[in-house]
Amino acid sequence: MDLFFEQLPIVIGSLNEGFLQTLKLFFVTLFGALPLGLLISFGSRSHITIRMIFKIFIWIIRGTPLMIQLLIIYYFPGLVLHNAVWGGDEAGRFAASAVAFIINYACYFSEIFRGGIQSIPVGQDEAGMVLGMTKSQIFFRIKLLQMIKRILPPMSNEILTLVKDTSLARIIALQEIIWAGQAFMKGSQGISGAIWPLFFTAVYYLICNGVLTVVLGKCEKKLEFFK
Amino acid sequence: MPILEVEHICKSFEHTEVLKDISFSLEKSQVLSIIGSSGSGKTTLLRCLNFLEIPDEGVIRVHGEKIFDGREENFLKESAIRKNRLHFGMVFQSFHLFPQYTALKNVMLAKELQAKKREDFKQNKKQILEEIRTEAEGLLEQMGLKERMENYPHQLSGGQCQRVAIARALALKPDILCFDEPTSALDPELTGEVLRVMKGLAEQKMTMVIVTHEMSFARDVSDQVLFMDAGYVLEHGSPEEVFGNPKEERTKQFLAGFFAG
Repeated sequence: MDLFFEQLPIVIGSLNEGFLQTLKLFFVTLFGALPLGLLISFGSRSHITIRMIFKIFIWIIRGTPLMIQLLIIYYFPGLVLHNAVWGGDEAGRFAASAVAFIINYACYFSEIFRGGIQSIPVGQDEAGMVLGMTKSQIFFRIKLLQMIKRILPPMSNEILTLVKDTSLARIIALQEIIWAGQAFMKGSQGISGAIWPLFFTAVYYLICNGVLTVVLGKCEKKLEFFK
Repeated sequence: MPILEVEHICKSFEHTEVLKDISFSLEKSQVLSIIGSSGSGKTTLLRCLNFLEIPDEGVIRVHGEKIFDGREENFLKESAIRKNRLHFGMVFQSFHLFPQYTALKNVMLAKELQAKKREDFKQNKKQILEEIRTEAEGLLEQMGLKERMENYPHQLSGGQCQRVAIARALALKPDILCFDEPTSALDPELTGEVLRVMKGLAEQKMTMVIVTHEMSFARDVSDQVLFMDAGYVLEHGSPEEVFGNPKEERTKQFLAGFFAG
């Protein structure tokens, strides 16, 4: 037990550092994938040829594991094209992870957006049109908030999943929290063969998702002023 | 000069002809009621006036100025349509209020968006918005909704919603106000309050085109009545002529269903 309390501050310090990287990947993905997802959802509702291209793209991204996508995006340029665009350092691994996560999550988000847009009655468009509004005015001033209200529950689900999915970046050795926890098994900072730090990472995810659940729930509450 | 002239409007969906060579004209301050059974094309005709459907053929004039001609491309551009449809206001059967805005904001929104394009908007922003607000409040008051301005649509009854929708359409000062079965989604108790408001507008000399199943209302308020059947105008005349002395067998049949007993 004494040993545990000796190790605890070292482990916590290391996990905190890893979790910072986890959070960074989470937020970068979120703020990249939300607008990209909206664009993809427009694409998947447009002219038939464009729509087919987007549909196939969404099918591929949603139909293959994110872990494979991470590996391909990270290694393909260097191994196959002999052009290591990412470089071999932590910044490069982060950039590759961010690209893979943003593309992957944008596809999932786009389908949620598409459902949201389609669920708004056509009467809202028509009411805007007869009042002389432009298409973009109708979207941003009339439909967007109604859409956000409808998609918030499925979106919350996806966002909680994203927090946990960031751990997949471990596969290309991004130094996020799982990597940090695992390091104490192989040996790091004088601690080796310890598996409990890896188990302990779960507490970080749990707390993080607890906070997000409360925040997203508040957002849902905020939008209850209209029906 | 008539305020509205509609000439030879035709409209098909896929291979179904919905409107077949429709023509009529309307003088300023007149009320035209369009009656007929479901599927006769009356709603499509109204939607063509608002360009929610684009007619395949025909000409529409407002104040003698051509605002649509099926043969001329330049009337089909989005910008032209957006500008020209402002001659018409539209009140829908199921209101289509914007749920996230209060009654007052519903009435103000379009006007505010228009005002933003004014050159002096930045300098006189406060004053312009104040004017829009005062006007909108006046309209809602006229609709008997003074106490309801800050309510959201889901807090209002159907009749109140429809009156907000009428105020919203009036806010842009259209030349002609169109109604698409404005009371069909309301229970009989609430129908009265909407019809009263519409009667009030007729008395104030608002030019209106009303698609309706309220035959007594059409008879009392209209200057002209148009009976449509299967995409044709079968009967067109004063309410006395159409209701009192219909020429066509089909019209008699239709009206008998309403005034029997």
